[in-house]
Amino acid sequence: MTRTIQNPLRDERDKRLPTIAGPCGLVIFGVTGDLSRKKLMPAIYDLANRGLLPPGFSLVGFARRDWADQDFSKVVHDAVKQYARTPFRESVWDRLAEGCRFVQGAFDDDGAFDNLCTTINDLDQIRGTAGNHAFYLSIPPAAFPVVIKQLARTGLAKPGADQWRRVVIEKPFGHDLASAKQLNKIVNDVFPEESVFRIDHYLGKETVQNILALRFANQLFEPIWNGNYVDHIQITMAEDIGLGGRAGYYDGIGAARDVIQNHLLQLLALVTMEEPVSFEPRAVRAEKAKVLAATTPVEPFAETTARGQYTGGWQGGQKVPGLLQEEGFAKDSITETFAAITLAVETRRWAGVPFYLRTGKRLGRRVTEIAVVFKRAPHLPFDATATEELGQNALVFRVQPDEGVTMRFGSKVPGSTMEVRDVSMDFSYGHSFTESSPEAYERLILDMLLGEPSLFPMNDEVERSWEILDPIIKAWRSSGRPEPYQAGTWGPDSATRMLSRTGRHWRRP
Amino acid sequence: MIIDLPATTTSQVNSKLVHLREQGGANTIGRVLTLVIVTDDSERTEEVIDAANHASREHPCRVIVLARGAKKASARLDAQIRVGGDAGASEVVVLRLYGPLANEGASCVVPLLLPDAPVVAWWPFEAPAVPADDPIGQLATRRITDAAAERNPTRALEARAKAYADGDTDLAWTRLTLWRAVLASALDLPPYEKVTGATVSGEADSPSADLLAAWLAARLRMPVHRTRSKSGPGIVRVELDRKSGPVVLERPDGTVGELTQPGQPARRVALQRRQVRDCIAEELRRLDADEIYHSALRALGKVDRRAKPASSGKASSSGKTAAARRKPAAEKPANEQSGTEQPGADGSTESANTKQTNTKQTGRKATARRQPAKARAGS
Repeated sequence: MTRTIQNPLRDERDKRLPTIAGPCGLVIFGVTGDLSRKKLMPAIYDLANRGLLPPGFSLVGFARRDWADQDFSKVVHDAVKQYARTPFRESVWDRLAEGCRFVQGAFDDDGAFDNLCTTINDLDQIRGTAGNHAFYLSIPPAAFPVVIKQLARTGLAKPGADQWRRVVIEKPFGHDLASAKQLNKIVNDVFPEESVFRIDHYLGKETVQNILALRFANQLFEPIWNGNYVDHIQITMAEDIGLGGRAGYYDGIGAARDVIQNHLLQLLALVTMEEPVSFEPRAVRAEKAKVLAATTPVEPFAETTARGQYTGGWQGGQKVPGLLQEEGFAKDSITETFAAITLAVETRRWAGVPFYLRTGKRLGRRVTEIAVVFKRAPHLPFDATATEELGQNALVFRVQPDEGVTMRFGSKVPGSTMEVRDVSMDFSYGHSFTESSPEAYERLILDMLLGEPSLFPMNDEVERSWEILDPIIKAWRSSGRPEPYQAGTWGPDSATRMLSRTGRHWRRP
Repeated sequence: MIIDLPATTTSQVNSKLVHLREQGGANTIGRVLTLVIVTDDSERTEEVIDAANHASREHPCRVIVLARGAKKASARLDAQIRVGGDAGASEVVVLRLYGPLANEGASCVVPLLLPDAPVVAWWPFEAPAVPADDPIGQLATRRITDAAAERNPTRALEARAKAYADGDTDLAWTRLTLWRAVLASALDLPPYEKVTGATVSGEADSPSADLLAAWLAARLRMPVHRTRSKSGPGIVRVELDRKSGPVVLERPDGTVGELTQPGQPARRVALQRRQVRDCIAEELRRLDADEIYHSALRALGKVDRRAKPASSGKASSSGKTAAARRKPAAEKPANEQSGTEQPGADGSTESANTKQTNTKQTGRKATARRQPAKARAGS
């Protein structure tokens, strides 16, 4: 709806005034899951505590468990107390608890969805949610079609006049191009694309949004942000945990589909995109789509990619099992737990710059970072011995943990001889800004309730990401088993070789 | 860690800070601003430092507390440095100034300001008449005062309006943000009708209620009624009249608000009174001029206090000072002013017994010192 009259109480200069979502409610499917308890519920409380949720906000849980409203409230209460970022306030909680409802049922149970429909209508009457509802599908993708069909059948997906209905889906958005298209079709048949919010929680992180600020608000970096100065870019997302208990989701999916397709390609797009004409969602997306369209995998894949599977060993003082020993995985599983690929962005700005993306489980430590590695100075007026220890300059975005930016450059070692060595300069969010910056989910849920789509990938971005990744996965399928690597190391040897071929090496994050 | 440096100089303080940084790692590296707190040498200062430490978790800063002690004493500077667990995410330097030095706070602050970082000044209690002209205020890009903590909040607010300069802000305004947000979002939705009248009621001496009324007057371009309410702390009720019926936001108990709009069920909203530390954290978020606050101050004159014919404006203004003394001023911070140990303008501290009469005198004296013309007009 376009606003016909300007709200007299709002003024763009009034920066204190937060935008509170209009009257609305949120329905969570799969509310008993881990994500829901550890991330969604605390995020909702934190939003309420910051005064960003509308009066009368309602939270409906839908799951198979046989709970009453009070049981559900209790679960939310406990989750909030344990995981919320902001201090627990009774008065805030009481308001939230008044709007908690639970609907029990299976996804194929027509009666349960009729109940849900009644509950939502009741909420409109009692709590004044005004017919605005979001449906958060925190469920396995296999269950999407049936839930979406149920929402269509009961009319819950159709908003009335001056109302909205939105659907939120989590990764994985399919497992290849064909399935992604199919999923998009199922969702888009019922919900128009502007009502679909695909959560990639990385995009809600402060550091990720800071990439755009750092690139486009500063004069310092723009002149060197191209292939004339940049040697290559490494994007790493490493986890130290294994896959115990996640076999059902992970087996057959693997690291590339799980992480590279969504998180790492989105990060790549933010680092490489051209400056958008404005920060309107449409303008930012247009630039992201352009740069993704220019991104291609570099062949031959036998030399430019690497994949691995962790084996058992000692990690961080604990004995850990290898993937094949983890419960639920086939003894001959060829699911990769480490994936590294090489991409090229074929634009004038980035021609000739390789982009190395890697991700894995049971690696050295948990870290996500983007390292922009610069070329060496074309001429060094020092003796060769003076610059022996000088590496390449680098600018590193530390996405998590210890969010911030590191710059690495050479500096003279104190002493009577001229000797240049690498030093690091750190900017840390924890030091310069808020220690308690909002959680990614807080930001994303609020944006979704406000109908602000810029931090959510669109279906064409998702499909394009699969187009980039599909050829690599296809090549892997016909090339035997992933190479084993020991838990707690930084991946298989083939990953090291993949860079050393061109005289480069992975940064140890 | 707390380090006391009795009878010292700022250069000694500075070298001690550098020394601490070298010993304990990169302490000051990421500080984004210097917060200068101007207060007196009494117990309530600790509460203020606590609030600043809390805010520093969101905005790591160097906090300089200027505690002005007895003026009759001989000139002396006592410093105390707090880092680590005793200082939140900040480093706190408490400067206690005695004798003639008490009036020369700015000269002690200058050497300790962080390079190239914004300076924020905060007067948690009595503020100078023109904050921007104060020596400390001149150093600062942002000046925070608190009308609710003054002896006469209503008059303090009027003084703020006269003395406004870009960068001024008042905690009475900060405490309003939640109210303003709920009201603004209520008008975000259909029906988009013109507001034809507005009434704000609250405690007689609540500067926040006055400011809210003034803000509405400025935004809606019409006089806004301001009525007194006996119940509840601070702001109690706001009513915006529209053709289809009034939008009412009511908070009778100081914690939970209820929003009623025609044709919609009443909605409850958590609207707790904000603590000083939350307000300070919000203030430090923005360091530019708050134009909306300015426009609200300018509209104070458009607030119509004769809303109910029973209580005329004349009567309320004389009763106001009495009310201010009876109970803590409206929307006042949780660490309400104890009233007992306030040093007078001359630096002496009264005993609790003589407080009743003395406070009045020193109060008047203080006012007279700050704004002579104004005080004379009042008495």
